[in-house]
This record gives sequence, C-alpha cells and structure tokens, in this order.
Amino acid sequence: MKLSRKWLNEFVDCSSVSDKTFAEAMTISGSKVEVITDLGAAFHNVVVGRVLSEERHPNSDHMWVLQVDVGEAEPVQICTGAWNVHVGDLVPVARHKSTLPGGVKITRGKLRGVVSNGMLCGLSELGLEVRDFPYAVIRPAAILGDYHVLPGEKPSISPDIAPGDKVYGKVIAARVTACETVAYSTYRLRLDTGAGEAETETRCPNLHVGDLICYHTGTGAVLGLDDLHAQQAEFPNCIPDGIFILNEDCKPGDDLPAVLGLDDHVVEFEITPNRPDCLSVIGLAREASATFRQPLRLHAPEVRGDGPSILEDADVEIEDGDLCPRYTGRLVRNVKIGPSPKWMRERLRASGVRPINNIVDITNYVMLEYGQPMHSFDFSCVDGHRIIVRRALPGEEIQTLDGNARALTESMLVIADEHKPVGVAGVMGGMNSEITGETRDVFFESANFNGVSIRKTALALGMRTEASGRYEKGLDPMNTLPAVQRACELVELLGCGEVAAGVIDVVAQEFSPTALRLEPEKINRLLGTEISEQTMREILLSLGFTLEGDTVYVPSWRSDVEHYSDLAEEVARFYGYDNLPITLMRGETTRGGLSGKQKAEKELGEICRGLGYSEILTYSFISPNYYNKIRMPEDDPRRQSVTILNPLGEDTSIMRTTSLPSLLETLARNDSHHNPSARLYELCRIYLPDETGPLADERQMLSMGGYGGGLDFFTFKGAIETVFDALGIHGVRYEACRDNPSYHPGRCARVSIGGQEIGVFGQLHPLVGKNYDMDQPVFAAELALEPMLAARRTEIVYRPLPRFPAVERDIAVVCDADVPVAQLEDCISRGGKGLVQEVRLFDIYTGKPIPEGKKSVAFSLRLRAEDHTLTDAEAEGDIRSILDLLARECGAVLR
Amino acid sequence: MKEQLANIRQEALAAIRSADAAAVLDQVRVQYLGKKGKLTAVLKQMGKLPAEERPVIGQLANEVREALTNAIAEQSKALAETALNLKLAAETVDVTIPGQRTALGHKHPLSIVIDEITDIFTGMGFQVAEGPEIELAEYNFTKLNTEEGHPGREWTDTFYISAGGDDPKNDAVLLRSQTSPMQVRVMEQQKPPIRIIAPGRVFRKDEADATHSPMFHQIEGLVVDKGITMADLKGTLNEVIRALYGPDSKTRFRPHHFPFTEPSCEVDVQCVECGGKGCSVCKGEGWIEILGAGMVHPKVLEGCGIDTEVYSGWAFGMGVERLAMRRFGIKDLRLIFENDVRFLEQF
Repeated sequence: MKLSRKWLNEFVDCSSVSDKTFAEAMTISGSKVEVITDLGAAFHNVVVGRVLSEERHPNSDHMWVLQVDVGEAEPVQICTGAWNVHVGDLVPVARHKSTLPGGVKITRGKLRGVVSNGMLCGLSELGLEVRDFPYAVIRPAAILGDYHVLPGEKPSISPDIAPGDKVYGKVIAARVTACETVAYSTYRLRLDTGAGEAETETRCPNLHVGDLICYHTGTGAVLGLDDLHAQQAEFPNCIPDGIFILNEDCKPGDDLPAVLGLDDHVVEFEITPNRPDCLSVIGLAREASATFRQPLRLHAPEVRGDGPSILEDADVEIEDGDLCPRYTGRLVRNVKIGPSPKWMRERLRASGVRPINNIVDITNYVMLEYGQPMHSFDFSCVDGHRIIVRRALPGEEIQTLDGNARALTESMLVIADEHKPVGVAGVMGGMNSEITGETRDVFFESANFNGVSIRKTALALGMRTEASGRYEKGLDPMNTLPAVQRACELVELLGCGEVAAGVIDVVAQEFSPTALRLEPEKINRLLGTEISEQTMREILLSLGFTLEGDTVYVPSWRSDVEHYSDLAEEVARFYGYDNLPITLMRGETTRGGLSGKQKAEKELGEICRGLGYSEILTYSFISPNYYNKIRMPEDDPRRQSVTILNPLGEDTSIMRTTSLPSLLETLARNDSHHNPSARLYELCRIYLPDETGPLADERQMLSMGGYGGGLDFFTFKGAIETVFDALGIHGVRYEACRDNPSYHPGRCARVSIGGQEIGVFGQLHPLVGKNYDMDQPVFAAELALEPMLAARRTEIVYRPLPRFPAVERDIAVVCDADVPVAQLEDCISRGGKGLVQEVRLFDIYTGKPIPEGKKSVAFSLRLRAEDHTLTDAEAEGDIRSILDLLARECGAVLR
Repeated sequence: MKEQLANIRQEALAAIRSADAAAVLDQVRVQYLGKKGKLTAVLKQMGKLPAEERPVIGQLANEVREALTNAIAEQSKALAETALNLKLAAETVDVTIPGQRTALGHKHPLSIVIDEITDIFTGMGFQVAEGPEIELAEYNFTKLNTEEGHPGREWTDTFYISAGGDDPKNDAVLLRSQTSPMQVRVMEQQKPPIRIIAPGRVFRKDEADATHSPMFHQIEGLVVDKGITMADLKGTLNEVIRALYGPDSKTRFRPHHFPFTEPSCEVDVQCVECGGKGCSVCKGEGWIEILGAGMVHPKVLEGCGIDTEVYSGWAFGMGVERLAMRRFGIKDLRLIFENDVRFLEQF
C-alpha cells in the first residue's frame, strides 16, 4: 500500500513528523513501513522557465537557440531540437548541473558550436506520461519541408511544391508568414496561400514562420499525418513528442517538482492480510492518529443528488445473499468523460495508480481513500435496468474488461442484468457494459462480497485484480454507503455528471458488531504488564472501538478482532511492544537437551566428516524418471511413491523412496562442474507409502558416496566399517549382492546386523553411471538409520588387560578363488578351541605357483589364554583344529 | 724412562686429539694402552728399573695411563656428539613443506545454523521434537486457526498429496508448509510444562530462484506453562538473539499477524553492518527481520485440550536459509541445495 503523506495530512496532521520518525513510529505500532520515497528527490536544479526569444540555430536546420528567463536577472541561452516551443511558453528547464529522474545529469555544453546552459524537458524526461498531464498532448502538423519519399515509391508531393499548389481536394500548400500564441497551445497563423493570404487558428504547436504546410481551404484546418493518410516515415519529424509546455500557475524560477505536484513523500507499507482496512488512506490515518495521538478528521460526504430519482430507472436484487451481504449503488446521468483534475491525478499517481479518465479515476480515488473497491459501468447496457447479483449459470460466459473471454462456473458470483452477466462480482467488469466516450449514464457499484468466494473466483479465472485482492481479505460491510456517497460527491465536485437522487442499498446479511468483555487483568496476565484499565480504554477508543461499561464493541472494519487476545494485541501495540517488560520464564524447570537418537545422529555426522565426507542436503522430491536412471526394476515396490498432486514440475513430483538418486544427482553435478573428487553424505528421509494410515512411513537413511581422489571399493567400505566401529555397532555382516541393478554385480555388498538387512553399498553399475554422464567409478551406500542406531552398544564395560603373553601364528591356505574371505574368517573364528583372539587378513595371492582357479589367503592369528602362558602344543592344537574346519567347510588347505 | 713416558704421553695425546672417528680412536687406544701397546711395553720394562725409581716411575706411568684414558673418553664423547650432530643435520627437513593432512568433511551451512540454534535452546531447557513432513491439513492448518479459505491452503501455495473430503478438508494430506504443526503434535502428546524446538524441512510451491526454494528449513519453538507472558517471550528471544548475534545486539519487537498467535510480533535485530543507519544489507531499514513469534492463540491451545484459564504459551518460527545466507554472505539460495563441493568445503 502506497500512501501519499499529503493525502494523509488531510485526515490527520502529521506534517511536523519527519519521514524517519513517521516510518519508525508506524512500524512499531504495527503498520510496517517498507520505504518512504520523496517524489521530488529525483529532481535537482530543475525550474520553470519562460521563453523570451527563439532563433534558428546558425549551424542546424532542425534546432533552435532560445533565451530563457529562469527567474534571474539575466536570461540563459539554451539550444533545443524540439519544434513545439514558442516565445512566451513556460517550460521545464534542467539547468547547468541539474539532475533528472533516472539519475540523468545535465551540464552546460556546446551544440554545434552554440553554448547551451542546460536542457528543456519533455514529459518522459521528467518521468511522466501524457496520462499525468493530458493537456500536454502534442498534435503536430505535417510540414512539407519535412517530406521524405518512401523507398521504392513515387513522390506524392512534388519537391518544388509552392504556396497555392493543390495537394488534394480542397487542400493546398501554404506558407506560415506569422504565428502568434493566443492561448495555451492555441496559435493564430497568417498564411501565404499563393493567390492571397489567409488567417486561421490551430492547436498544432510545431509551426514557425517559413514553414510550408497543408491547409484545408474549406475548414481552415492545418493538417497532420492522419488527415493526410500519410505514414510516419514520410514525415519523420511529425511526432507527438516535444517539450512539456506548462499550463500551471507558476512563474520563471519556480522549483519544478512543486509545480508538478511531486513535492510529496510516498510511504510504502507492508499490510498484513488481517488488516484490509489499512489498505486505505482513512484506515492508515486512523492508525496514524492513534500512533501520534493526533485527532482524526473524518469527512462526511455531501451529495446534492438533485437529478431525477434513481428509483425511476434502476432496480437491484441480490439472489445469492450468502456471497453478497450488501449491494449499494447510485446512478449518475449525463456524464462528461474527460481528464480528472490535477490534484486527483497527482494523488492517484503518488499511490501508484495511473490516471485514466474522471469516472474511472473517481472509483480508484475512492477505493484508495476508503478501501472500498468500486465498479462503474454504462447503465444503458443493463437490460431492463435491473441489476441481479447471482451465481453464474451453467455454461455462461463473459468478456471481461481486459478483453479476455471467461468461462464462468456455478460457484462464481456475477453482476447480471435480466439476460446476461455484466461483470464478475468483485473481480472485473464486463466489456459489454464498459464506459466509453459515448456513455451517458453511469452506475456506481459499491458492494460487499464474500471474500473466500471472490478469491476462489479470481484464482479460477487467473485474474487477481486490485479489487479482488481487497475483497478476498473480507471488507467492512458498513463502508459501501460512505464510499458511494464520496464517489458521487466527487462527481459533483468535478462537474462530470448529474447524480440521481436516492441510493439503492440492498442488505442481504444484517451486520451486528462483535461484543467482547474488557478484562484488564486477563490482558495484563497475558502480556506480563500492569497497564491501567484507563490506558486500555483510551487506546481502544482511539482506534474506533466503542465501550459501554465493560463491553467493547468492535468497529465494523475490524473483523480481525474477535477474542480478548485480540484486544490484548491492540493494547500492546499502542502501549508499545518495546515498553513490555523483559522477563525470563519462571515455573517448573525442564530438562532440555537432545534425545539419545538425536545425539547419535550428531555423532554420526561428526564421524562421517572425520572420514572426509561432507554433508549435503537434497530435495525430498524427485522425478519418477530417476528410478529409471538408477535402473530400478519396473516391478520394484519402491516405484510406488507418494505423489504430489500439484507439483511444480515432473522433476519434483514424487517423494523419494530411495536416497540413491538424490546422491547421484549431486555427485554427477559435481563431476560436471569439473570437481575432481567428492565424498558426500546425507542424513535424509525417504517416504514410503503407508497403507495403515493417511500419512507416509518416513524413514531416515544414511546416504554416502563419492568418486575420484583414489576412492575404490575397499577405501569406501573401510569408511563404512569405521562408521559402524565408531558408533559401537558390532556384528555387521557383508555379503555379495549380485542382483541390485543399480550396482556393479561384482562390487556390491548387502549389509546386515544380527540377521536384519539394513542396506547396500558398492560401486555403481556402469550403465547407471552412464545415465548420469559419469564414466569413472562411483561409490554409493544406502543404509537405514534406525536399525543401525538400534544396534549400537553404548554401554562400556572394562576388560582387564591380558596378564599372559600372546602367541602369534601366520597361516596361509589355498582354496578356490571364489570362496569369500568372510567364510574363511568365520571358520577360523569357529574352528579354534577358544584361544583365537584376533584374526587379521594380510595377503591374498593368485598366480604361480598357485594353481589356476585357486588363491592363497594368509591370515595372522593371535592366540592367548586368560590364565596362563600358552604352550606351543596348546597353540598348535587350536591351529590344527582351525585348519581342519577350513579344509572341511571351505576346501582350503595349508599352503 | 721418564723421558720415554713423557714422549708417549705427548705423542698419544696428540694422536687421541687428532682421532676423527671412533675406529681411529680405538686404534690409538690399542696402540698405547693395549696389551702390546706402547705404554704397556714401557711398563713391562719397569722390572728392570732400580727399586727406588720404581714407585716414582710407577706413579708417573699411572698418571700417563689415566691421562690417556681420560683423553680417550673425552675424545670419544666429542666424537659421539659430532656424529650425532652430523646425523641430525643430515636428517633435517624443511618444516615449511605441508604435512600429510587427513581430509575432513564439512558440515552443511544450514546444519551449522540449525545446530547452533539448537545448542542455544537446549541450554535453556528446551527439547528437540521431530515429526512428519507429510502432514495432515488438520495439523498444518485447521488446528493452527487457519480455516478453510485461507490463502495458504490454496493449491497454488501448498503441495498436496491427497485433496481430502468435506469442508474443512482436514483429512487432506500435504507436504507441511511450516514447522508449526509440530506445536499441535507436541501439545497433543505432552502435558505442560512444554519447552520444545522443532527444526525441519518445509515445502511451499515456489519455483527455485535466488531467494526461493520449494523446500526449505524452519525452526519452530513452543513454550506452554502456567503464567507464561509476552514479557517472557521477549526475555527468552532476546537471550537467544544475543547468543546468536553477540551480547550487544539490539532487538526490536514489532506487531505482526499470524493466525495461530495473538498478540503476534516479528523480531528484528539491528543491522550489524551499519549499526542501524541503513545500508544495502538491511535495505536501508537499519533492522533485519529474524523471526516471527507470538502468544499461542487461545483457540489453538483449547484445540489441543489445554485449559487456557491455567496455561498460556508462546511460540516462534524462523527461516533457516535466510539466516544462513546472511550469516555466510551467500547471495543465491540455489547454491545451498546444489551441494557443489567447492561450496561445501568453505564451511
């Protein structure tokens, strides 16, 4: 919401408050100020000037040298290329060392050898457009000296055309012999018509003595491009652009921003959705009045309304009162569409609204001032002069004012006549009842609609408008009448129509104000304060609440207040949040801290990082295609994902059932960014559909992976083993997994603890790597966190240090090449008679002299007895028993 | 003989002193003191001396022997020292050559911020609550005083898993759009006193760009107990912000609106870059918004079966990404979820 401080001052005098103080105080009382802009700040040293003399530039056929009075003793000399300037004109002058909007700096310079002490400005150079100053529109005449033949065409005007020569019909060439400004942008010309002389008046501002023009001998008109049906390229300098000739009450030397109404400061507020009343000048004035403790000066609109009664013509019926609690309207006859006055245009512009014409501007002005959206439409287009507020009929359509055809549904509210909808209620009017230059009778609609319905309609039609954005927040039903009265008051003030007597005001839902009990103790208890009841009452009164005894009546524009806690907020806002005491909580102390699981997760992260793996965070949603990329079988149950009904796109449309694709996407991205290596981990969730309830089965995973930097299967496995060791997870078993299509069939391990499978890791299948454009070995692990953490042994029991020496024995056995080492280790652990304390693999050898298809595996064993020093014979006994089992179960014989 | 001994002494001492290696020194020792050594040879002739000379010469010979033995020990020590010094010199390394480091992994910037805030709150007696990311509309909205019809419930704003049946669509399933449903879940499961925070992922239908992401993180906080006041809210959050931004940081509590708190506020911290004067970091405002908070709406408490005549509470919610981006000077939110190792390694 943009608020003009000048406009605000009309309702509450804050003129002595600086911008900074204003912003701070309003923010602290709950109306957050985003920024305050000084509209004139973009101007520096730009003043009003009067053209004293005008001469052609000695070195240019399209420039002029002017002497301009800028309110000083001596005039300044300025060169311009514009053709619409005449002696006596008031013009904007950007003087030497001046600044214009957009940060443009103007300094003295020479234009083709002639000194120019600044620049005359057009509207666009001042950051304005014709809508801001409709009177400044430029209608240029076509000057024959400017004529250019179109490429490849025959000239339609002879190059030696002279005064009196016929152009076509009654149009002849004529030369300007005198030009005098008689009124604003009105010039009396004396013409040499060849045969004689003529005198005429024109509004074309680009004419000077010597110019050869097209003159209509019948009408006396000086012709422009359109009249000649000529193209722009034929008269390249005949353009509706030039210097902004001022028609304001001002004098040379006046500061330009003030003359243009840009001496205003605009406050931009962030208004929370519960306060639609603050999307208006009056609403903010009320807040400012309570904030600065200044009286609020409201104005009661006065309408003469002396045209014939509205009741003779119009009738309004609300069919669907649930969606339209109130509909208020007035009729204006014999409207005169035209520009609105400067003060109104300035305020609209300061509020970020473009001026259009007086009627549209009035509705916008009232919307900004009162916060009540208004719609005006051509009453002659309302069949039967009956307005019906109803839900749309099946299959009904309307072309809205933006030109689009809209298919309506039965849930949408429309404003209709006897036969057709003429507008989508609260969203946008219909083209069929648009106000045009021919409109005579205008109906001003000021209605109250159901906010949710308006929001849903606007959303369904894809057209959120200023009006719908306000309605959807729920507006004050008591505001419709004052707003329409204000609009009609403005119609009369601007003299743009005859307001019909009488108001149509149909109420479908009676409004009764919310009544709350004022309980000062309760409020103080909630805030932790000791604010007096008197202070509370004063604050509430200043905001428009009424009090009767202990009963607080909430004003109609404050539908957000419905509970004592809401009253507490009102009190707190104006008592000042900053003045609330600062205390630390009393009461029972609570034992804070992380749960065991949370501590374990934290530890797990530390371990992973200690191993060189960096933490990543990836999206929980993935593309269904990611399952194909990891070669998940078509019938894999993990393809049954929780699906988002309204995803942003395919890539983020389902909730992942595996952590692998997210990891691989990240690794592949790093690879494509030419990062030579990566080691990554994530503690993340997967989301499995859960038939037993409405929600998903969300499980936590440890996802790890990497590539490059010498990472191979066993360094990767070592990292995983270290994670288990460091967390105190024992009894982890690894077995070959040849059937997981995401992984290399010979380099993938299934991980289990105590017989429960907890995940898988290994080298990526090259075909998966290819899907991710990675041709180097990539490693990944997917481990379920919960069973991992459940298997932790966190209790530490000290074992006494051994008192007797150990015996070390190395054994090397030869077995079939495909016997897993884990099986051999298992035999060694089980085979002994209880003396083996440690088994360590130290060599695997294939090649001569080991036969083809066999391998030699060497282990280092440590044997020890707790209670005596081992004899060789005892050790031998265990070793022999181990070798027996190795031979029996694995076919492994001592080398 | 006296002369002979003096000569030997002189000669031997010279030889000892000039011995430049242990082996040479040992040779010298053998040459003079060994069984066939020169001194030994002289001593063997002692018998031939007249008896009265023997003690004198004997003493002299012993002196010579002792002198040589001492000299040898001294020289041996010197040689050992020299040898050690040589060895040490030979073993000298360039200590400025980088060592062999173990590459450590890095904590994600968002986790750094979450952990830091978690530490502050757990130190104040808070526990950490966790809950589902796929959530019921009832918890994400209805029980948070966000009725059907609220814009946040729109399909343009929130991701839905199932649409739900009748109005209000409490049974609709969605990706939680805030961590606030954790307030309800905790209040339903736990009796006051309650002091929890709940960090976690949330989801909103925003296209990813420099400042938006369809998935981001929030930290929710909730306190429910007897006699909890807005002054307590201010006191606790002030402490938290001091812990985050330093003991001298200034805060500003400013009215705001959330459906599930009343009164509500937003909390700003004075811009540390400019000290409140206004700069590009704080967009000229002098303040930076940190979090939203408020007194838990009595409707929310009552909906969770908590007696509002006895208990009251306050809650807050903060966005983690914005905090992390400001903290580390990250200008583009997308970097946070891109996980480029060159990014991660900086934390």
